[in-house]
Amino acid sequence: MEHFNLALVDWSRAQFALTALYHWIFVPITLGTSFIIAIMETIYVKTGDEMWKRITKFWMTLFGINFAIGVATGIILEFEFGTNWSNYSWFVGDIFGAPLAIEGIMAFFMESTFIAIMFFGWNKVSKGFHLTSSWLVAIGSNLSALWILVANAWMQDPVGMHFNPDTARNEMVDFWQVLFSPTAVNKFLHVITSAYTYSALFVIGISAWYLIKKRDVIFFKRSMVVAATFGLITSLMMIITGDESARQVYRVQPMKFAAMEGLYYGQTNAPLVAIGIFEKAPNPNNPKAKEWAAKIEIPNMLSYMAALNPHAFVPGVHDLVHGNKEQGIVSYYDRIARGKTAIQALADYKAAKKAKDTEKADASLTVFKKNYKDFGYGYYDDPHDLIPNVPLTFYSFHTMVGLGTLFVLIFILTLYYVVKNKISNMKWLLYIALWSIPLGFLAQEAGWMVAEFGRQPWVVQDYMPTLTAVSNIDHTSVMITVLLFTITFTVLLIAEIKIMLKQIKGFKDGGH
Amino acid sequence: MFENLSYLALQEYWWAIVSLLGSLLVFLLFVQGGQTLMYTLGKTDSEVKVLANSLGRKWEFTFTTLVTFGGAAFASFPLFYSTSFGGAYWVWMIILFAFIIQAVSYEYRSKASNWLGTKTYDTFLYINGLVATVLLGTAVATFFTGSLFSVNEMNQSFWQSPFHGLELAFNFGRYATYINLSLGLGVFFLARVLSILYFMNNVDDKAILERARKKLLPNAGLFLVFFLFFLINILVISGFNYDPVTKVVNMESFKYLHNLLAMPVVLIILLLGVVMVLWGIYRALFAYDKCGRKAIWFSGAGTVLTVFALLLTAGFNHTAFYPSVYDLQSSLTIENASSSKYTLIAMSYVSLMVPFVLAYIWYAWKSLNKTPITVKEMEEDSHSY
Repeated sequence: MEHFNLALVDWSRAQFALTALYHWIFVPITLGTSFIIAIMETIYVKTGDEMWKRITKFWMTLFGINFAIGVATGIILEFEFGTNWSNYSWFVGDIFGAPLAIEGIMAFFMESTFIAIMFFGWNKVSKGFHLTSSWLVAIGSNLSALWILVANAWMQDPVGMHFNPDTARNEMVDFWQVLFSPTAVNKFLHVITSAYTYSALFVIGISAWYLIKKRDVIFFKRSMVVAATFGLITSLMMIITGDESARQVYRVQPMKFAAMEGLYYGQTNAPLVAIGIFEKAPNPNNPKAKEWAAKIEIPNMLSYMAALNPHAFVPGVHDLVHGNKEQGIVSYYDRIARGKTAIQALADYKAAKKAKDTEKADASLTVFKKNYKDFGYGYYDDPHDLIPNVPLTFYSFHTMVGLGTLFVLIFILTLYYVVKNKISNMKWLLYIALWSIPLGFLAQEAGWMVAEFGRQPWVVQDYMPTLTAVSNIDHTSVMITVLLFTITFTVLLIAEIKIMLKQIKGFKDGGH
Repeated sequence: MFENLSYLALQEYWWAIVSLLGSLLVFLLFVQGGQTLMYTLGKTDSEVKVLANSLGRKWEFTFTTLVTFGGAAFASFPLFYSTSFGGAYWVWMIILFAFIIQAVSYEYRSKASNWLGTKTYDTFLYINGLVATVLLGTAVATFFTGSLFSVNEMNQSFWQSPFHGLELAFNFGRYATYINLSLGLGVFFLARVLSILYFMNNVDDKAILERARKKLLPNAGLFLVFFLFFLINILVISGFNYDPVTKVVNMESFKYLHNLLAMPVVLIILLLGVVMVLWGIYRALFAYDKCGRKAIWFSGAGTVLTVFALLLTAGFNHTAFYPSVYDLQSSLTIENASSSKYTLIAMSYVSLMVPFVLAYIWYAWKSLNKTPITVKEMEEDSHSY
């Protein structure tokens, strides 16, 4: 590992994390509010009630402010795969590039074309065309999410491809397998429903502020009804898809699953740690393993969650590193050895091809193919380098799950009291709703931290570690761009928040 | 249907698609050109607002086309994507920063409490207009003049200049830099010309249009100077040829001239494109009352044809489209840089959606552009920029 520029790897990761986290502040709001706005406008068109038009326009203004910065922070992600992860771009570009191109052709144009109608077409096109445009903006935004999430899911669960030793890259052999892999389907559904949930919290939270201030009460109660109904449905779907996602992780990324649950030693009848706090590692021989300072467990639940069987064996970090013959788990030590064999066999194959030694090339290729599924492990010497940050993954996962459950409760209560016309009296609920906006953001980012920190050190599961994926550039250049991104995005974020707050505070429904 | 095409035919098809996206992008850079003229053509706040809103309803198309160009390049020629973006790091980063600051500027420029002030956002738009056009043009010119990189047997690329792409625009000891910059500046002035023609089509304000007409001739003149310098140079320089059988790359005198002569259709497209650009400018200058509003369509379509033909010249007829002057054999061709046959076939089916996309863009534009933008409309529109 000593020949890798680890400073470059760290700075490249920092840059991607920074830009992705910033981007994801805004994207979920776009994904969900676009649908909420389309629903509001549909009610307007169906009822002819002008207040619904004004409601639509109010949320559309906030949508526009958020959308602009979402676009600004998004462009870099499209190109960052090339600028900072060029080795990755070649190694898997044959598969990964396609969803990005389809995203552009299919989704971005739809979004950008009809958003112009949505904002500027009120007096220029028919009501029906305008409404259709609003729905197409929502569909376009969500289609773009589909393709980028398919691409991300493929990195977690690489399917539908084979390695071509002549071009030294993975090549797609089944597009439909890439698109419809269970990981991709679940990831898409879980991420978009969580984004819808966050958007609903955004609308409810801002509406709650108006109700606390006793301003434009009917206007914002109506907003709340739409958002709470939308949020309740989507948050329930989020929980169902989250549950299924966990099973997919157990199947294809057992180390991430162990990290999510802080499970160092595997067991049958594994209990689920509902709440837990780690204490410092006590074992000098296994310094990365941590003990619990405190925990509340649900018996057998983890086994059930993983395999729909309360008695199933769930491997822990230790089982994966050291192997478990009884459970048929190959150790990381063995996988590292196989990976090194694969890397050497590929080099031998290339050399033999160059020397036109067909026999040796064929023999090397056979060895390579036999060991390719552990290819990425060959870049490591110490299996402990293959363990993600367990506490970070555990806490992120539990933060996400805990908040997700809380949000369902908020939607139920909000909907109940708003329908009963008692919401204005429930100050405590209004304040909770208001504070759920930052909590929703926290849950979103925690979810991505589970997905991305939990899968380390892999950029493509088992095949490509992060440290081999970076561009061959000096780390100082990346350091400078990290600094520039931090400054630029922070400045733009402050401007966005100030504009948003001004729009919210200064609004008064002109229809009165 | 695409399954029956040969691998090479698919590679050529995708080079044509990427070239088409690139040429549409250059046409749509009129938005950037206009951003550098907002305070030249608009003298009062309301005039600047009209110009900003005229451009603000189109900027996303340019932006989206750039993103789609990147995605299509990644999907169809991943070795180009990894080599160019990962190698010419600073050029692409500067271009991307220019687009980042553009993306918020229209929406935020006139909003209350926008923190930085309208002038700052308009300065962002100016920077985007200047930097994006000059650097994108410069980057495209390297398809003819080459860059400094090597590719190893595992197809990993290594840029061989510590300046990571900036040397392509600032190494004045190399003649190719002047060719690169001439295209960069040519694109910059072309974008300004196209924006003037676009305003003639899209804005209904006498004072603005009067100023626009005055600015057309000097910008058109400068565009011609830089563009002709570039065109003449690439027709006489040695180009990067490769042997179709051995794939060995070699320098060939007058390569790009040979390409045009070997591909008469491309030559005709190029000539037609140039004539249409000039015809649009000519009509706007000398027959403004009769067809000033239509000039953008001539010059716009001409721009698409010209750039399309130039990019085909760079990639077809056994030419290395992304040449390396550091190691000739590392040069990228449509054959060695492309995706697998399977991926190209899958993507080709997706490309069938392009006409449908163009159709709905045209329909939406038509619906919005029934009448040109006026100062009065800006005062009444609650969502104006």
